[in-house]
Amino acid sequence: MPIVLLLPALLGLALLLLPMAALVVRAPWGRLPAIVGSAEVLAALRLSLTTASVTTLICVVCGVPLAWLLARTTVPGRALLRALITVPLVLPPVIGGVALLVAFGRRGLVGEWLYETFGLSLPFTTTAVVMAQSFVALPFLVVAVEGALRTADHRYEQVAATLGASEWTTFRRVTLPGVAPGILAGAVLCWARALGEFGATVTFAGSFPGTTRTLPPAAYAAINAGGVEVAIVLSLLMMTVSVTVLVALRDRWVNTR
Amino acid sequence: MSLSAWLTLARGEFWLDLSLRVGSGEVVVLLGPNGAGKSTVLSTLAGLLRPDAGRVVLDQVVLVDTAAHIHLLPRQRQVGLVLQDYLLFPHLSAVENVAFGLRSRGTPRDSARAIAARWLERMDLAGLRERRPHELSGGQAQRVALARALAVDPRILLLDEPLAALDAGTRPAVRADLRRHLGTYSGCTLLVTHDPLEAMVLGDRIVVLEQGRIVQDGTPADLARHPRTGYVARLVGLNLLRGDAHGRIVTLGPQATAAVAHDASGPVHVAFPPAAVTLSLDQPHGSARNAWRGRVSDVERHGDLVRITIDGPVPVLADVTPLAVADLRLGPGVEVWAAVKATEVSVYPA
Repeated sequence: MPIVLLLPALLGLALLLLPMAALVVRAPWGRLPAIVGSAEVLAALRLSLTTASVTTLICVVCGVPLAWLLARTTVPGRALLRALITVPLVLPPVIGGVALLVAFGRRGLVGEWLYETFGLSLPFTTTAVVMAQSFVALPFLVVAVEGALRTADHRYEQVAATLGASEWTTFRRVTLPGVAPGILAGAVLCWARALGEFGATVTFAGSFPGTTRTLPPAAYAAINAGGVEVAIVLSLLMMTVSVTVLVALRDRWVNTR
Repeated sequence: MSLSAWLTLARGEFWLDLSLRVGSGEVVVLLGPNGAGKSTVLSTLAGLLRPDAGRVVLDQVVLVDTAAHIHLLPRQRQVGLVLQDYLLFPHLSAVENVAFGLRSRGTPRDSARAIAARWLERMDLAGLRERRPHELSGGQAQRVALARALAVDPRILLLDEPLAALDAGTRPAVRADLRRHLGTYSGCTLLVTHDPLEAMVLGDRIVVLEQGRIVQDGTPADLARHPRTGYVARLVGLNLLRGDAHGRIVTLGPQATAAVAHDASGPVHVAFPPAAVTLSLDQPHGSARNAWRGRVSDVERHGDLVRITIDGPVPVLADVTPLAVADLRLGPGVEVWAAVKATEVSVYPA
């Protein structure tokens, strides 16, 4: 094994594994139950779990039809649409937050109208948290489900049509069950991404304890305030979720040969 | 009940153009090599593909009329489709698969299941009602697919290579079964295959499709005796030559004629089985014999016999015994005489 390959490989490995190992080594294991049980951590955890779940629900309800549109119909500009949908995957989340503010802020493109007509103000609310999470997580679901639809044999749908099924019946009774594993995988990925969302959330929704401070902003606030132990515990919580998701989707996303 | 269809469709180099009639209770087999356009015809009739031009009428109902911009959707057509790999819905049980069409057409769940169960009984599958498709054998899956297509009472049944997915061992039994079920169906049946045996066994009539065109249309017996193209002749195992007849002599080429046992005139097909050909190294003698000189280009095992391909002014396939191959030292490049009795040669108008 040439040393010129081995050395950088080990260096890269250390860069990935050392921080994670540090979290485990430096965790205040003795005081863990107390910290997890504290009001601020519990509030952040509860908020994170509910918002991520609502986000996932919204993403499935809107994302599956969107994926179907991209995979099964010939809407004009489909290629461009597909490219645009994947932009949030590479866009820095903070920029996503800025964009959301410009669109839905009180002086925003749509936000101004919403505020003047309905007195509705979205920024810095729990709704804004869900919107920010949906913005970054929806592409994950759409990409996963569209992939599943593309690999699914569309002749099943043709057979259903010859048997007299309407397009809606075909979608409900043939297409949907066929891509159920893809939807599940997309939903889990979507949920994990929503749970870890930070940049767009703090920009568009802020970091107010109880209403918009989810786990990642809580960890950031804790470390800024010198609460390293709380930050470590929050990080461990997030890491556990990430690893669980990875294990759950191992066969689908990670090549275990 | 009857189907009459005229279709044209172009896809790049490929051009399909055909007229087809299927009578009530008739099983028509569309036979042809891969890429002939057989499956395209089925897809177009089922409404999954739009022809460039065409008119399809099923029982006085116009399914397609491109001139009048009529193109009924698949679900409006009352067409039963059975594809090669059956495509049973994998998440539904056998009975739910069969009930699917009825449910889609508004039959309440319980009565749909009851009707589906009766269909499974008719197909001798009563015990497999709750099985999922992956728990069925190929032959069972095919019968479920057939029941699923028939349960909605289609006016025409379209089958695309219904036996191709089965292994060779189970194919004869399933084929006999399919023949029995098709026999009891009163609507039109159009079955696509590339297997001549399947076509002979299942078809009341065989329509041969080559490169998007119908090249022959007749009963299996007619096809077997009087092939009209080299493809059909090879399928049914005959030598096929074209020529001009004057009395009992047919001119096949500049230096080639054939003697036949019946009078004929004008352009004709000349056909004879490879087993009727005898080979010799010296020119054979005999009044009612055809003898053509040629060179062996291929020797291959063919059942108990050996098939010899001979190139020359008259290309001939001959089936001879392994003993003859040894005696004559037949091998590629050997010059031989191929002889056929005039009484073995059938002649019919081209």
